[in-house]
Amino acid sequence: GQSGLGKSTMVNTLFKSKVSRKATQPGREERIPKTVQLQSVTHVIEEKGVKMKLTVTDTPGFGDQINNENCWDPIIKYINEQYERYLREEILITRKRKIPDTRVHGCVYFVPPTGHWLRPLDLEFMRRLSKIVNVVPVIAKADTLTLEERAEFKQRIQRDLKAHAISVYPQEDFDEDPDDRALNDRIREENPVHRGGGGKGNGKRVLGRKTKWGIIEVENPMHCEFPMLRDLLIRSHLQDLKDITHNVHYESYRVRRLNES
Amino acid sequence: ITGESGLGKSTLINSLFLTDLYPERIIPGAAEKIERTVQIEASTVEIEERGVKLRLTVVDTPGYGDAINCRDCFKTIISYIDEQFERYLHDESGLNRRHIIDNRVHCCFYFISPFGHGLKPLDVEFMKAIHNKVNIVPVIAKADTLSLKERERLKKRILDEIEEHGIKIYHLPDAESDEDEDFKEQTRLLKASIPFCVVGSNQLIEAKGKKVRGRLYPWGVVEVENPEHNDFLKLRTMLITHMQDLQEVTQDLHYENFRSERLKRGGRKVEDEEVNKDQILLEKEAEVR
Repeated sequence: GQSGLGKSTMVNTLFKSKVSRKATQPGREERIPKTVQLQSVTHVIEEKGVKMKLTVTDTPGFGDQINNENCWDPIIKYINEQYERYLREEILITRKRKIPDTRVHGCVYFVPPTGHWLRPLDLEFMRRLSKIVNVVPVIAKADTLTLEERAEFKQRIQRDLKAHAISVYPQEDFDEDPDDRALNDRIREENPVHRGGGGKGNGKRVLGRKTKWGIIEVENPMHCEFPMLRDLLIRSHLQDLKDITHNVHYESYRVRRLNES
Repeated sequence: ITGESGLGKSTLINSLFLTDLYPERIIPGAAEKIERTVQIEASTVEIEERGVKLRLTVVDTPGYGDAINCRDCFKTIISYIDEQFERYLHDESGLNRRHIIDNRVHCCFYFISPFGHGLKPLDVEFMKAIHNKVNIVPVIAKADTLSLKERERLKKRILDEIEEHGIKIYHLPDAESDEDEDFKEQTRLLKASIPFCVVGSNQLIEAKGKKVRGRLYPWGVVEVENPEHNDFLKLRTMLITHMQDLQEVTQDLHYENFRSERLKRGGRKVEDEEVNKDQILLEKEAEVR
């Protein structure tokens, strides 16, 4: 997504909320500097007794320049490189039983909260991405929109995507369970903050943003849909994301490549 | 008022007006949809401040920066500014100069996005294109997305970048020594707050038992006119108390610049040729010698 929308912060929050919070000290603010190249962070998380290795790749923001043509190239290149790596392993004569899978199973695309509509840059980027990877659009920094504005913005985004025939995850064609229709989520994350308790020292520590007019809690579903996003990526739809990547996106890549040669 | 698309420019203009026009008017609570501004729209209102009546014309511009390639996206705005100068020059050179209407742009509030890490290349280009034509006052939009610490950081960052790129913004003059202490203090405060962090809204929200203009979130209400929440009031104060100075600087500096360049070109319009400033400076130096 574009520069300065909180992508790197979200990567941290994703892990903080699953991994223990013991590491952070109260009141300490973590400043995330500008990301300048692709960075992957891997954590082992445990879900329902099963250990998983989760790799999150953070990308530098784009769209800063006056002429942003082809700003999607580095990211598309990265995704294709992972497919290539897998393909190479797969076509070996003696190949490993379990091929190391570094393919990108899901791509979270950050949309700026202008509240109006999707910009041409976002549309073009998502259009290209959705052809090769599962795209999950997310409205970033949602604390800048009131609930009404959010609902409207979401609707407009969904309309725009449909109008341009951009199919984001979960794609309609593979939808068996209609309840799985995931909406665009909204995210806002920051430093852990001590929520003032009722004077008895029973203040709970919550992940959130402190402002003069209130505290925005990241894990409060009334405030933002971060928990929904996290659950979608890591719990409920993890397997589905992997399956679609393997059966659909990877296969089309493979066909394209084999036809080339 | 200019800046990227979707930063709340039109909403802020409405906020500015509503403050002074009809304080008792009931505004419908439902979300007032601000439609996209597609061309330059000028609205005039008369406001009263400190017993003095002022006629204020606010020009709302369409946001730019939407396209993938934004090379020429702010041409319309620059043309608008030049046109006003052109018209004044024409009137000033005419025979009947008693009733010249001054439509020149005296102040430009430039909206900066709070989402980035500072100024974008587009911001820098635009400001450099107009800093010799108009007084620029940078403003950080949608400030309710930033905590106080983040605001301070961003303000400082922006001021550093402005200096780094040699952008000339409007500097408030220091208060005269014969003004009262309150005014001096106010001026000091205003100077220290630039760029202003603003939040705009047209909705009346019920907060603490009274109706205020603000934005209602699940976690609280952001009040537009609360100085602890944002700098809206400061912006309004600055606009009104320094209107005189803004006009003077426009007349004495920006308009004179425009006029001398225009007359030098012998009545040809701006689009006809690229003016090489360095070239003119060299010629001037040669003349002096």
